[in-house]
Amino acid sequence: MSQWFSFSRWLGIVGKEFIQLKRDRLTFGMIVGIPVVQLILFGFAINSDPKHLPTAALIADRGEFSRSILAGLKNSSYFEYIGEAANEQESDRMLATGKAQFVVTIPADFSLRLVRGERPALLLEADATDPSATGNAIAAVNQLAQTVLAHDLTGPLAPLAGSAGAFEIRVHARYNPEAITQYNIVPGLMGVILTMTMVMMTGLAITRERERGTMENLLATPATVLEVMTGKIVPYVLIGLIQVTLVLTLARLLFGVPIHGSLTVLYLAVLVFIAANLTLGLTFSSLARNQLQAMQMTFFFFLPSMLLSGFMFPFRGMPNWAQDIGEALPLTHFLRVVRGVLLKGNGWPEVIPETWPIALFGLVVIAIGLRTFRSTLD
Amino acid sequence: MEAAHSDVVIDVRGLNKHFGDNHAVRDLALTVRRGEIFGFLGPNGSGKTTSIRMLCGLLTPDSGEGTCLGYDILRETKEIKRHVGYMTQRFSFWEDLTLRENLNFIARMYGMTERRRHVDETLARLKLTERGNHLAGTLSGGWKQRLALAACLLHAPDLLLLDEPTAGVDPKARRDFWDELHALAAHGITVLVSTHYMDEAERCHKLGYILNGRLLAQGTASEVIASQALVTWAVEGEDLAALAATLRALPAVEQVASFGNVLHVTGPNRERLKAALAPMMDEPRRQWREVEPSLEDVFIHLMRDADLKEELTQ
Ligand SMILES: Nc1ncnc2c1ncn2[C@@H]1O[C@H](COP(=O)(O)OP(=O)(O)O)[C@@H](O)[C@H]1O
Ligand SMILES: [Mg+2]
Repeated sequence: MSQWFSFSRWLGIVGKEFIQLKRDRLTFGMIVGIPVVQLILFGFAINSDPKHLPTAALIADRGEFSRSILAGLKNSSYFEYIGEAANEQESDRMLATGKAQFVVTIPADFSLRLVRGERPALLLEADATDPSATGNAIAAVNQLAQTVLAHDLTGPLAPLAGSAGAFEIRVHARYNPEAITQYNIVPGLMGVILTMTMVMMTGLAITRERERGTMENLLATPATVLEVMTGKIVPYVLIGLIQVTLVLTLARLLFGVPIHGSLTVLYLAVLVFIAANLTLGLTFSSLARNQLQAMQMTFFFFLPSMLLSGFMFPFRGMPNWAQDIGEALPLTHFLRVVRGVLLKGNGWPEVIPETWPIALFGLVVIAIGLRTFRSTLD
Repeated sequence: MEAAHSDVVIDVRGLNKHFGDNHAVRDLALTVRRGEIFGFLGPNGSGKTTSIRMLCGLLTPDSGEGTCLGYDILRETKEIKRHVGYMTQRFSFWEDLTLRENLNFIARMYGMTERRRHVDETLARLKLTERGNHLAGTLSGGWKQRLALAACLLHAPDLLLLDEPTAGVDPKARRDFWDELHALAAHGITVLVSTHYMDEAERCHKLGYILNGRLLAQGTASEVIASQALVTWAVEGEDLAALAATLRALPAVEQVASFGNVLHVTGPNRERLKAALAPMMDEPRRQWREVEPSLEDVFIHLMRDADLKEELTQ
């Protein structure tokens, strides 16, 4: 039995933590509840397929083609035609105020150029502030371009219909050029959930012992700080893995998120990410005097992680300083890993460059934490 | 000399501890011998808990030196922890674990073998066998204290450090507890126990009185009493309340305390006290006799003394 680490004692601490966890209904509920609630909230509330989006038109060409296109829009369940804009200023204002989500602009010589076979462009401006809201509608409008003029282009005009369609739709996503698809958010949630639960739960687990006075009892025994700290976090590694599995299952079943890459690669990266968050939770717990402070520190870290990691806003859309902060956060890199593995089928070559910054973060935090870990009550 | 030395279980000198500006323990020097029950007395906030924590390695002294069970209190805290049973002031077992789980966990922390047998024996000794699977949080105060004592005895320590173990415990449970302590001491276990109760102070072999971080008196009860050279008169009879008021106004009288039908009148100077009381002693409706000052008289004297010194230095 080494002076600094006794495996049997360590097992005792791990076992005790599991028993306590089993009896702590609230925490137990959170382990399952947080992933489920967040997935449902973010997955359904934000990523549902929005329809009947208010759409205005700016029409400079009143030919029969324009009428057919408008009729096609009105028939599509994605668009709700709210009327014509008098001029460009008005259509701009409609987008800016959110009165219209889309404005369709039919240019002055549209019919003429169409008949000449020049494939004129129809402009679809979208308020893409919330890109997930517009994504499916934009996909639908492309579909529309193929079919809407089927009745008009008969007889001598029939060749114009062609394979590419008689006209082109130019989509102009305003306010937010990077469109995040539904698939982006659900895998991202995995990182958000892990950040929140891993940091908070370890932070609370240790400050709870201090607050209830049981830490004094523990430190009065021969148990070392190393045994206590590491013994207490082991159950949370397991919890993290359970949460990841839960999110993956729900993502697959509820949202049909694809899993193109290797799960082994993903789980190994997850372990590194969990470790980094646990070290942070440990360090918070040794800095915090009580559970409330541990909670506050968690949120102090959690908010920028949510906001600057590319989870809430497209990373490339942020100003440089925000991107710099984002690069230092483990969640930023983890999001790239999860999205890459699940959606693009990325493997080690793409995952490793994003994993080592997470590991580095963990090492830096441990280096800071080791100075603050106390084996006494001083 | 060597034999005498090995008999000393706690031997510390010049221990100091600050919390920021608060000088919580000042130049603490303490000697406790094997098999002794040493009572640590003093009002709240006087530094008892801090001193005990320094003895078992939970707090690092700012200065000072010494040994506990022959181990250096600064460098060998691991060894000290292995051989000391420490009972915290506040119940500090896991309320969401059962009694059995608590004891088993503590046994693991001390690396004990045959844990199940030890735990079973301890539960049986506490008459808690059938409650072994109840959560510790459901125990009442007296039982919690029994559990805490049992848990500190589990690893057969040589020294018990008990921080106000009987606070909030009923008199019967307190008496049983003290009988148990004496039985342990008879087996050569050394006990350092802090307390507020005077009757408990009288059950200790040795006493130390600490105030504002200073150990003001140390020794057996009679040594502590003798060290202050106080004189106490006991008076019985009619109308004691009025008498007490008159006595308190006398400069030679330091304290007047009533114990049921008896009034204790205490002062630091025999002649001056006698002279001051003389006129009242002639009254036939009361009986006066000189008695040995009680521990409480001495402790109150020490507190007043400290207050006076404080005022003088300000
Ligand atoms: N961990 C601590 N941090 C800051 N001050 C403390 C701490 N522990 C004790 N003190 C202070 O030290 C003094 C002595 O306290 P303590 O040893 O608990 O006294 P006692 O046990 O005799 O009631 C008190 O003034 C108390 O406020
Ligand atoms: Mg105390």
